[in-house]
Amino acid sequence: MLVIESVSKTFNPGTVNEKKALDKVSLSLEDGDFATIVGSNGAGKSTLFHAITGNFYVDEGRIILGGEDITYCKEHVRSKMIGHLFQDPLKGTAPHMTIEENMALAYLRAATNRHAYFSRISAKEKKKFREQLALLDMGLENRMKQPVGLLSGGQRQALTLLMATMVTPRILLLDEHTAALDPATADKVLALTEKIIAKRRITCLMVTHNMHQALSLGNQTLMMDGGRIVFHVSGEERKHLTIEDLLEQFKTRSGKQLDNDRILLSR
Amino acid sequence: MSTLFTLSILQSALELGCIYALVALALFLSFSILNIADLSTDGCFTLGCAVGAMVTLSGHPVLALFAAAVAGVCSGFVTAFLQTRMGVPSILAGIIVNTGLYTVNIAVMGFSSNVNLFACDTIFSLAKEKLSYGWYADWYKLLIVLVIVIILGVILSLFLNTRLGLSIRATGDNEHMVRASSINPLFMITVGLCLANALTALSGAVLGHYQKSCDINLGTGMVTIALASLIIGETLVGKGSMFRKIAGVILGSCLYRFIVALALRLNVPAEALKLVSAVIVAVAISFPYLKEKSSFYRQRNHNRNAYREEESVNVSH
Repeated sequence: MLVIESVSKTFNPGTVNEKKALDKVSLSLEDGDFATIVGSNGAGKSTLFHAITGNFYVDEGRIILGGEDITYCKEHVRSKMIGHLFQDPLKGTAPHMTIEENMALAYLRAATNRHAYFSRISAKEKKKFREQLALLDMGLENRMKQPVGLLSGGQRQALTLLMATMVTPRILLLDEHTAALDPATADKVLALTEKIIAKRRITCLMVTHNMHQALSLGNQTLMMDGGRIVFHVSGEERKHLTIEDLLEQFKTRSGKQLDNDRILLSR
Repeated sequence: MSTLFTLSILQSALELGCIYALVALALFLSFSILNIADLSTDGCFTLGCAVGAMVTLSGHPVLALFAAAVAGVCSGFVTAFLQTRMGVPSILAGIIVNTGLYTVNIAVMGFSSNVNLFACDTIFSLAKEKLSYGWYADWYKLLIVLVIVIILGVILSLFLNTRLGLSIRATGDNEHMVRASSINPLFMITVGLCLANALTALSGAVLGHYQKSCDINLGTGMVTIALASLIIGETLVGKGSMFRKIAGVILGSCLYRFIVALALRLNVPAEALKLVSAVIVAVAISFPYLKEKSSFYRQRNHNRNAYREEESVNVSH
């Protein structure tokens, strides 16, 4: 469960570059909710994610994850319960370490004993990694000893997804995680994402620029503009919504056209 | 070859190679893995030697090695503290600590610029008593340093596959990933630098025992020498498992000492060696870049010539 209570953040306050990136954003997600976020460039989508992960501390408001107030919790402490996938597939894995070592890192980070600094990966766990990699259907299970730097972007993103969800996170943040991949690979990674989320009932927030995805994936759609959530739709109302309706809603709520230059209207 | 390379030269090159391999391992940890150029290495090496020498003088040669390692941890901690908690850029942090260590080192040696250990027991003289019979009587020094370096090499390679070790490696490899995966990069840098400096200081202490003296200028240029060993090792052994890489570093250090021994044998003045190592490091680090450049120029000239030939053929028709 994620609760965000009127969170605000201003970058470079008091200078000419002052930018109100988040303006009293409030949001509440129940366990198992999957919300997609669309919005124009600079609407505050990624900033919202960074506020949740603790990349910076917010100026005002509270962030509560799973009943725990994490507003002033350090980034590396809260990232234990948060899975975060970036648009850049290179950001989620360590290129000079092998697939196995990367997975070990993801697995050990959530080891039950926080202070088990010298714990190592057992043969049994290696077998488990292998089985999980096989689920990706990319042949990675036979390349466990190879450095991750040799993998393609799609393979790295799939691996990152696996690592982020290896220990079920309280929330999974997907920041256009398929945008940098070729269409076929993007579809594959997206299908995989849906499968894992549905199977484990992971609470998820996903930024997308694909309007079709925004409506077809998950159970809620959020629209952001100027650091605010201007439109939040779920349930029955969302089922009947078309892409044109969504664009119309944006126009009336924000008083301008949706100007994301990468926005994709087609399916 | 036998006149150029006697067995005793080979032996002393191996001994020194193993001793300096500890510094190379330290830089492997800080430079190759954490991606931090730790310039406090010079001062830390002397610190280890000085602390080791003083404890040895008071009659505890084995304890001296541990004391030196602890001193190294302290030095590494200060360097790490400056860059993780005080916002000092990492290279500057190393330089600052290195400068400060000069005074500390002089103070440790009782405000004198050198100390000698001729009158007291060292780990080598202790071993000589124990190993004075049999074929190994002449090889006891090599035996000791080999045991030390192998034990530490194995421990290091095992350590780098533990949770803490993997986290340290990831910290130097991908900052974004580390921040998103509940690893505290500041803590990992601190642990890494403490360990690296412990190895450096230990190396200094063993060298102090080996040459039975400690001098304030002992560590000058140590970073470059260790980097040269590291690069020679990486070039020879290349990529592979952690164990293989570490073996390569040790091998590189021994090979560097062979080169030095060879140079000395050919009457190259000892003062010239620092320049030689500087050149080795500069060439080795710039080599991949130059290789790429040269292959580009070759490709370009090849393409140009091909067009030129084509054109001249067309003209003649």
